[in-house]
Amino acid sequence: MTTEPAAGGPAATPSPVLSIRGGALRVRDRELWSGLDLDVRPGEFIAVLGGNGTGKTSLLRAMLGERRLDEGTVLVGGHAAHRGHRRIGYIPQQKIAAPGTPLRGRDLVALGVNGTRWGPPISTRGDRERVDALLASVGAEGYADRPLGSLSGGEQQRLRVAQALADDPTLLLCDEPLMSLDLQHQRAVSELIDARRREHGTAVVFVTHDINPVLGMVDRVLYLAQGRFTVGTPDEVLRSDVLTRLYGTPVEVFRSHGRVVVVGVPELEHHHEVTA
Amino acid sequence: MITVDPGTYVQLLALVQNSIIAAAVLGVVGGLIGVFVMQRDMAFAVHGISELSFAGAAAALLLGLNVVGGSIIGSLIAAALIGVLGAKARDRNSIIGVLMPFGLGLGILFLALYPGRSGNKFGLLTGQIISVDLPQLGLLIGISIVVLVALLIVWRPLTFDSLDAEVASARGVPSRALSILFMTLLGLTVAVSVQVIGALLVMALLVTPAAAALRVSSSPVMVPVLSMVFGLVSAVGGILLAIGGSLPISPYITTISFAIYVVCRIIGSRARVAR
Repeated sequence: MTTEPAAGGPAATPSPVLSIRGGALRVRDRELWSGLDLDVRPGEFIAVLGGNGTGKTSLLRAMLGERRLDEGTVLVGGHAAHRGHRRIGYIPQQKIAAPGTPLRGRDLVALGVNGTRWGPPISTRGDRERVDALLASVGAEGYADRPLGSLSGGEQQRLRVAQALADDPTLLLCDEPLMSLDLQHQRAVSELIDARRREHGTAVVFVTHDINPVLGMVDRVLYLAQGRFTVGTPDEVLRSDVLTRLYGTPVEVFRSHGRVVVVGVPELEHHHEVTA
Repeated sequence: MITVDPGTYVQLLALVQNSIIAAAVLGVVGGLIGVFVMQRDMAFAVHGISELSFAGAAAALLLGLNVVGGSIIGSLIAAALIGVLGAKARDRNSIIGVLMPFGLGLGILFLALYPGRSGNKFGLLTGQIISVDLPQLGLLIGISIVVLVALLIVWRPLTFDSLDAEVASARGVPSRALSILFMTLLGLTVAVSVQVIGALLVMALLVTPAAAALRVSSSPVMVPVLSMVFGLVSAVGGILLAIGGSLPISPYITTISFAIYVVCRIIGSRARVAR
């Protein structure tokens, strides 16, 4: 597998939005992976696949600057990753807001717009217009004024997308954003993310245990398993021989009706492929 | 319960002017910080801090020091312990559960050793607002203004951290520093409240108004505004009702505060059914 950018036209090799060199992650003494080189170009959609405990979320946290890799460097926009980077949008693992949470839909989005600002909480006209525009961009105007806790998981997740886009990010980091959504909302939310990167060239790193909802959108897959990893297009990675080598045990990949099913993944690593 | 004629009532009113001002300020600040107490799920912490604040005040009384100062020291120690040892909600509740009886016990010990008037003794537990003198009033107002200004400055990052911690942290909100600051502000507010309404009843001004406001609104503007109004009405209303009669002030304050909560709950559940 290659970590070089795939062909995108001769002149179209803009500097990467995200660049990892020699990345290694350890949990206590166990090495999860090492030697990870990855460049993410503007507008590229990268899915990070792997079972529980393969360091997917830790990798994302390193990109956010919330933790360091045990080895190697993470550059965002050419600078070392740091917390609070203005041009990173972040969609966390879905946590349904409890009923009674003192926020309406639009307030969650407003936190993305001005939540880090000090001083008296007086929102400017510009802030309000920005929130309205973000709400419109994810089609959430209809429930923007309802309490967050009364909204469905899918509605809340649309608002999360709007919140993450508040600062016009060049890099969008998504941690299992489709978890516990029904198929219809999975499609709606992933299409919002896909539209964003197509229209604005925002790079997307999408951590997921199930690639199927985004299979048609993904440019490359970073597949973490068994202390190893592999990077490439879905067609290059999601193959029986490649995953057999990665897992070190016979694994079979079936494709049908535009879906991928992987069979034979070791017990401890059971994840997306089991879902048919 | 008004058992005096109107003329006497006005004279009494003039006498308790200080207390009314103290109660009004406290109602507003308590209502405001209460919003964050609810957001951060710290109602129990308020109770825990107030018991140590009581112990501090009792110690100061025994040693002949400034009671408000003792109360503040007790509060801040409790707030720091809870903040440092109880970062996680589960740890926090057990820490508070351990601290609370210890603080209350210490306070009772100090009061038992105190040779002075017994009226002062129970004042700390159940309220003594009538006895607010001018220097005390200045201290109360000064502390309240500090808390108010600090809350206004950190309002949005604190809200972000309280309600959406993960994203707030990724966006660079300094959650650790905010948490320490908030515990300090909470400690100060509790210390002031103990002077007015008593350690046992602090929650009536720091928790109930915000909880009531949350039953009827989710708006980040309406919730603090309503909470402040509820706090103000409870505290000042309690005094105005109490000075005409012979009963202490605290039960009036707690009853008004509770009644507002009940009404808000009913309105809130009606609204929910209607939706």
